[in-house]
Amino acid sequence: MINFKINNIDIACEENTTILAAARQHNIDIPTLCNYPDLEIKSECRVCVVEIDGRKKLFTSCSTIATEGMIINTNSPKVLNARKTIIELILANHDASCTACPKNLNCELQSLANKLGIDDNRFPTVLEVKPLDNKNPVLIRNINRCIKCGRCIDVCKNVQSMSVLDVMGRSKDIEITPAYGKFLSDEYCVYCGQCASVCPVGAIIEKDDTDPVWEAINNPHLHVVVQVAPAVRVSLGEEMGMEAGSIVTGKVVAALKYLGFDAVYDTDFTADLTILEEGTELITRVTTGGTLPMMTSCCPGWISFAEQRYPEILDHLSTCKSPQQMFGALAKSYYAEKMELKPKDIFVVSIMPCTAKKYESQRVEMRIDNVNPDVDVVLTTRELSKMIKQMGINFESIEEVPFDKPFGITTGAAAIFGATGGVMEAALRTVYEIVNKEELTNLDFKSVRGLEGLKEAEVELGGQKVKVAVAHTLENAKLMCEQVKAGTSPYTFIEVMCCPGGCIGGGGQPYGTTKEVRQKRIDAIYSVDENMEIRKSHKNPDILALYEDYLEKPNSHKAHHLLHTYYHARKK
Amino acid sequence: MILLNEILSKYPKEQEYLIEILLEYQTSKKNHYISSEDVASISKYLGVPESQVCSVISFYSLLSMKPKGKYVIQVCHDVPCFVNDSTSIYDKLVEILEINDGETTKDNLFTLEITECLGRCNEAPAMRVNNLVYVSLTPAKVEKIINDLRGEKK
Ligand code: SF4
Ligand code: SF4
Ligand code: FES
Repeated sequence: MINFKINNIDIACEENTTILAAARQHNIDIPTLCNYPDLEIKSECRVCVVEIDGRKKLFTSCSTIATEGMIINTNSPKVLNARKTIIELILANHDASCTACPKNLNCELQSLANKLGIDDNRFPTVLEVKPLDNKNPVLIRNINRCIKCGRCIDVCKNVQSMSVLDVMGRSKDIEITPAYGKFLSDEYCVYCGQCASVCPVGAIIEKDDTDPVWEAINNPHLHVVVQVAPAVRVSLGEEMGMEAGSIVTGKVVAALKYLGFDAVYDTDFTADLTILEEGTELITRVTTGGTLPMMTSCCPGWISFAEQRYPEILDHLSTCKSPQQMFGALAKSYYAEKMELKPKDIFVVSIMPCTAKKYESQRVEMRIDNVNPDVDVVLTTRELSKMIKQMGINFESIEEVPFDKPFGITTGAAAIFGATGGVMEAALRTVYEIVNKEELTNLDFKSVRGLEGLKEAEVELGGQKVKVAVAHTLENAKLMCEQVKAGTSPYTFIEVMCCPGGCIGGGGQPYGTTKEVRQKRIDAIYSVDENMEIRKSHKNPDILALYEDYLEKPNSHKAHHLLHTYYHARKK
Repeated sequence: MILLNEILSKYPKEQEYLIEILLEYQTSKKNHYISSEDVASISKYLGVPESQVCSVISFYSLLSMKPKGKYVIQVCHDVPCFVNDSTSIYDKLVEILEINDGETTKDNLFTLEITECLGRCNEAPAMRVNNLVYVSLTPAKVEKIINDLRGEKK
């Protein structure tokens, strides 16, 4: 134990604790800006400086280890002045038109300036306005708001192994951009949005697609339907001031109805459908000597990664579309027929925890008529919260409402798609029972759950022991891909999700997603599962009816046409 | 001109050789710059992301991703040269080359740059053309040097 003093309070902490961590453990607040939980310590911004007795210069508390007997002052006049000056200097080189920024009231720089009592700037602006990076369908980079904290570089490089962004230039000319000063593009960015999710200011933001949705809702000729992804119901509450991990399924449905959607459906339904299609594909591959290991295909960030970096292993990917795209395809075929509507009169909106889904919906493969997108607009959890706020809905007190039919019944297996390991567990519940022709006694495959980067399980299928693996973050996906490429993968089936924690940690989720928050959302997801009446996809009566009625059987010709896709190497 | 592959093959595939490779290759190249294709090859060889290679190039003023002229003229702007009227040297160059700091003439012959100390303060003002340093400059001397270099081309 190390004993020292902060602001005259006696502090005891473990060896090798930073001053910042020790202060926080004792509820002493030191402002920070570049620092972000779970990421590397950068000490770029200097906002967290403190004064240490007997030393002349100030020290950054985020990177300075506390030692025995230190006497630290976090609020001396010298510290306060330095901190204020730093923020003023940052603001002098920042496009601070707050009300014209999507990060308004959610911005760490703004709240810091407010906290430090900055309402005027001693320094004149030195900002040289540069063009926006907005040529892609997903993210907008506004370099004029960037404060060069380096968080985006860190996630992109170390969590996602993509290294799209880096520091260019030197000293006051520094800019954070992709290589060659280019703009983001699908040749080298997977649009996972993890950079947007950690950016403290409004320098990287998803494209706001709420306008076309409002227009569609107000167009009397359109039948506007919306689907809600599994991960949204355990995170949207945070945007509305509720605790992380609050389960708000019925409230989301109610809010969407209030916004004016004609029907509100659950992506969980097509998640169940995915399990039947993907499970059947797996069984076929195993029994007919097909390409193994098979890798999941629900995550568009992961698909982009495979297409860009590992084109040689694309035949390992399941041909199943993601649940979002299965829903879109069904909405514009089966559902249109059932409702006696023309597909072009149906407008499909998705609420997703994900920025890459915006890209997925625009892929040319995702158009069953080869012309019009099956999913018209994708909104992130954050964009939905914006619409709810615009309408002045009191979210916490809104009465819960169930999802609409005919896609009304869903299962616990579908609910867990939102967490890393969930697709694997859902698939195992089904594949096990189909192959072994016996009921599973314990539905919980606990070894594939949780925030561990790589997880494994072993199951007995048809008298054979089969190994499966689960990877989340592209850094871990890379390890799986290397094995598959080298032909040394010991697995039969691999689940890959691009974002840390799976979709609950997606790039479109409420800001402030940390390990702790991820865990709370995951816990909520599994409690949704536990409380479901049906917990296996192949026992979903509505799914069975859909096959009876329309799709014939899993992997049928019709199912292939509507629910499966193909991949191609991206030029690099 | 030396091929990039020849240079790369001399170095182990380790990140720490990045700067040496960049310097050696740029010096050997006619237009004194690293192209995006070069960055891609170097990145692949060393296993260093392209963004990081670009980041390193952009940090050092000696390295460039823009093609430069056959002659890179660097005029010292540090105090000893400045007090010996290096400004008139620079202005003369701007006048006869019709380019500013960091720019290259249309015929790709000259690039003009302002630089830090060249180590010849006792004979200020000084400028460097590729590897050769010229000292005790006057505007007239500069004009002659440029004319000679232009003549060399023919
Ligand atoms: S979207 Fe993902 S891959 Fe693209 S720059 Fe951001 S973190 Fe990197
Ligand atoms: S874009 Fe955002 S996260 Fe990246 S360096 Fe700039 S301020 Fe930081
Ligand atoms: S938070 Fe410590 S330097 Fe930025």
